[in-house]
Amino acid sequence: MNIVSNKYKTVKPENVKVWFKAAPTNVFPIDGGACVKYKDLQIAVFNFTRLNTWYACQNLSPEKQEMVLSRGMIGDHKGIPMVACPLHKKTFSLENGENLNGDLEAIATYPVKIEDDFVYVGFSE
Amino acid sequence: MKTIIVVGNGMVGYKFCEKFVAKKDSEEYKIVVFGEEPRPAYDRVHLSEYFKNQDAKALEMAPAEWYAENNIDLIVGERVTDIHRSTKIITTAKDRELSYDYLVLATGSSAFVPPIKGVEKEGVFVYRTIEDLEGMLEYAAKIKKTKPNAKAAVLGGGLLGLEAGKAVMDMGLEPHIVEFAPKLMPRQLDSRSSQVLQLKLESIGLNIHLSKATNQILGDKAITGMEFGEDDVLDVDMLIISAGIRPRDELAKTCDLEMGVRGGIVVDNKMQTSDPNIYAIGEIALYNQMIYGLVAPGYDMAGIVVDQILGDSKSLMAEEIDMSTKLKLIGVDVASFGEPFMPASKGHSIIFENKTQHLYKRINVSLDGKKLLGGILVGDASDYSMLHQIYLNGMAIPEDPAQLILPATEGGGSFGDVMDLPDEAQICSCENVTKGQICSTIESGESKDLADVVSCTKAGTGCGGCKPMVKDLTEATLKSLGIEVKDSICEHFDLNRQDLYKIIQVKGYKTFNEVLDNHGNGGHGCELCKPVVASLMASINADTANKEYAIQDSNDRFLANIQRNGTYSVVPRVPGGEITPDKLIALGEIAKKYDLYTKVTGGVRIDLFGATLNQLPLIWKDLIDHGFESGHAYGKSLRTVKTCVGSTWCRYGMDESVSFGIELENRYRGIRAPHKIKGGVSGCIRECAEARGKDFGLIAVEGGWNLYLGGNGGATPRHAELFAEQIDNETVIKYIDRYLMLYMRTAKPLQRTAAWQERLEGGIDYLKEVIIEDKLGIAEDLENEMQTLVNKFECEWTQAINDPEMMKRFNHFVNSDEEDDNLVFVPLREQKMPEKWS
Ligand SMILES: Cc1cc2nc3c(=O)[nH]c(=O)nc-3n(C[C@H](O)[C@H](O)[C@H](O)COP(=O)(O)OP(=O)(O)OC[C@H]3O[C@@H](n4cnc5c(N)ncnc54)[C@H](O)[C@@H]3O)c2cc1C
Ligand code: SF4
Ligand code: SF4
Ligand code: FES
Repeated sequence: MNIVSNKYKTVKPENVKVWFKAAPTNVFPIDGGACVKYKDLQIAVFNFTRLNTWYACQNLSPEKQEMVLSRGMIGDHKGIPMVACPLHKKTFSLENGENLNGDLEAIATYPVKIEDDFVYVGFSE
Repeated sequence: MKTIIVVGNGMVGYKFCEKFVAKKDSEEYKIVVFGEEPRPAYDRVHLSEYFKNQDAKALEMAPAEWYAENNIDLIVGERVTDIHRSTKIITTAKDRELSYDYLVLATGSSAFVPPIKGVEKEGVFVYRTIEDLEGMLEYAAKIKKTKPNAKAAVLGGGLLGLEAGKAVMDMGLEPHIVEFAPKLMPRQLDSRSSQVLQLKLESIGLNIHLSKATNQILGDKAITGMEFGEDDVLDVDMLIISAGIRPRDELAKTCDLEMGVRGGIVVDNKMQTSDPNIYAIGEIALYNQMIYGLVAPGYDMAGIVVDQILGDSKSLMAEEIDMSTKLKLIGVDVASFGEPFMPASKGHSIIFENKTQHLYKRINVSLDGKKLLGGILVGDASDYSMLHQIYLNGMAIPEDPAQLILPATEGGGSFGDVMDLPDEAQICSCENVTKGQICSTIESGESKDLADVVSCTKAGTGCGGCKPMVKDLTEATLKSLGIEVKDSICEHFDLNRQDLYKIIQVKGYKTFNEVLDNHGNGGHGCELCKPVVASLMASINADTANKEYAIQDSNDRFLANIQRNGTYSVVPRVPGGEITPDKLIALGEIAKKYDLYTKVTGGVRIDLFGATLNQLPLIWKDLIDHGFESGHAYGKSLRTVKTCVGSTWCRYGMDESVSFGIELENRYRGIRAPHKIKGGVSGCIRECAEARGKDFGLIAVEGGWNLYLGGNGGATPRHAELFAEQIDNETVIKYIDRYLMLYMRTAKPLQRTAAWQERLEGGIDYLKEVIIEDKLGIAEDLENEMQTLVNKFECEWTQAINDPEMMKRFNHFVNSDEEDDNLVFVPLREQKMPEKWS
């Protein structure tokens, strides 16, 4: 099943080649997330309203290889914005994907930008 | 660079490596470890945990990578066969040759198998390694197939034998303990305490046979029984031998090291054998003419050798070795320390015994009444840590030493505060951690809570017996520094749940952000505080989970239970378990239509598994059209009120349990609480509804209902306590209203009623005063609050499917109608299940 996770690689803002127009901002819950489909990828996008920031990461839980992270609760741990996996509450930094309460591999993160009330996610291909 | 070869990668061999690499001069040495077992060292002390989940990794002392990271060559699955002392070379079973500067023998022991005729038969096991346990599990499964009530015996009623007895019970076999001596645990207990233990163990189903010498094992190929004497036979289908240990000293024989007459390699207080370049540690070492079958002395020996090799020649093994033990056998506390039994010429004994409660306590006091020499505790070992410390440190004892063991209600019990211990007092004997070390890691600011203390000092990471004391010490030290030990819900609030309840109620907050901005610590919330606030809003304002769905726990957010592969299960409410044939057919048809795996739950409802996010609203629309409503199986709220059929059909029934059960379930449905709530109603004392295993349970008796409160199943099962007798329906509702509301106001997050009630000062009597006698004058408030919640009930699924805005969240993707393409189902007995986790 690890073949799935190989598809997800962090994209740095400077490496964005494609800005994918995902969905209007208002379909994302306040301080919550939803899942976006891009090619054969599932990307969790979070509207961190309290920080006035948007984040994106893989939807795949690295622990159990299920497509669930977009359904997790967000917030912060010691100031680091994070998402908690709904299956076993593993938490991941939304900034760099690091697992904050364990030593799971980091998840892939993606840049997000908002233009004209639309959410765009950045990909390198 | 010098080479140290460690033979044996067991607990002590591993500990040697750990202690060695922690020293700063260790880089000048190369360590090579040989282990005969196929895996790296694991925690043999907790071997029985392997029965729970067969997870060998969880028992590892350290993963294989740890050895590599620390520059240790670990070679597992390879036995060392010879030592050539003159050339300082060892050879292995795979003909490898390696030379050493120092050799550390940590070959441990193997289980001793007495030479009884027939021990080689199939179905006879020992209890020492993971492979032994695997063999037992496989064999037990095999015999249970042909013989559902198969029996298994354990030969040996000592510490380990009783642990094996528990394993036998867990494997679902009828357990028998066969002991040669006339009492259980002959080495740790005196006859009276042994009898108390025996009574207790028998009461939970262990069959105990004392003074039995086994002549032979019966059976053709496989064991069928044990014969003790003529006409004295016990039929058994499996046998676990636990008759002591034998040091694995065969290597010493190959090279003429000095050995004891009954085995073991002789060492001095440097742990040196008769060859100064060879050390022996752990269960192989014969020190003071004794083999010590416990980890703590083994760990000490490992530390001594580390020091000796690195040149600290003053580090020596203590003269006397503490063999005190405390353990929980099948839920029974047993402890013995110091000299558990001793002749009257050496001191006085004080004994407290209560056979009805399976309690026995004995302490031995010096003739002058000033020193504690040892003791035994059975049934309740909560005093153990303190008594053990008093004994180890030779502390002064009260004038009337009986106070040390008298139950608190009889005027004793309060003697001995952890903070009175001297700094050198050894709190954790496994890791050799003193009180001073624990206090100073807190005082220096290095440790801020119990978890920090454990990771900084390693206290409590061995046998775990010292944990209660480490916790007490940590709390007392924090307190002495003026640091409050808070039970705040998480890093975002300095408040506990009860405080937040009051604040939200008084201020009338409606959103999470209002609460966080006004009372939080400036952060943004997390997976701990969000659901707590959500649940409080629901308890106070009767909000459904639809209102602010992004702060709900995942299950509440989607009004369904998330399952292993991220799909959901659906449980409609079936109040009291009563269902019409038409509704049953409707459920079946809906399950078929959406291809859902269908199962009756433990709460006797019907659970439909495998629904995708996109399917949830469609399924619910169908269910609601057929007259169903949400069952709140996903919420921390009322689940079911389980009922027996009662007087409407049952010939024993005293009252209509179903009718009353339905009324109660409909009354409390949808109400959110700190944790889930379950009810039960039985029509007579035969208790077919298992009502006493529920948060609230009713049993119909002559003249009304008996009400039981605070029971639960789950990980720590507890029977509900009898609260009121022979009360009518109206009074039942009044009491349950008040009880649940009080629980909702004051419990901690995720605390079931059982745990809440147990920790409530004054317990059930206090509850009676508040609920029945209204001592706090809040009974009416509690009832009114509950009535408001009851009146405001609304089915949240009906609410959701009627609101297009709310429906938006039930899509896997926001930009596509496709479903999750990662889902894989495999067939299972004419239905389906998610593919296994890899
Ligand atoms: C079920 C159970 C419960 C227990 N509970 C407790 C408890 O509650 N408290 C307590 O203090 N103690 C308890 N013990 C005892 C404790 O486990 C032992 O004291 C401890 O494991 C001894 O460690 P050791 O390293 O000396 O020996 P071992 O753990 O036996 O390790 C020796 C290792 O050396 C290997 N070996 C042997 N010969 C060779 C060779 N020639 N070449 C290579 N490798 C070799 C063996 O295969 C083995 O892996 C329990 C034991 C068992 C079995
Ligand atoms: S508890 Fe009593 S009334 Fe209910 S089913 Fe059992 S026997 Fe009948
Ligand atoms: S006991 Fe409960 S939590 Fe455990 S596997 Fe069964 S359903 Fe899941
Ligand atoms: S005494 Fe065994 S872990 Fe502390």
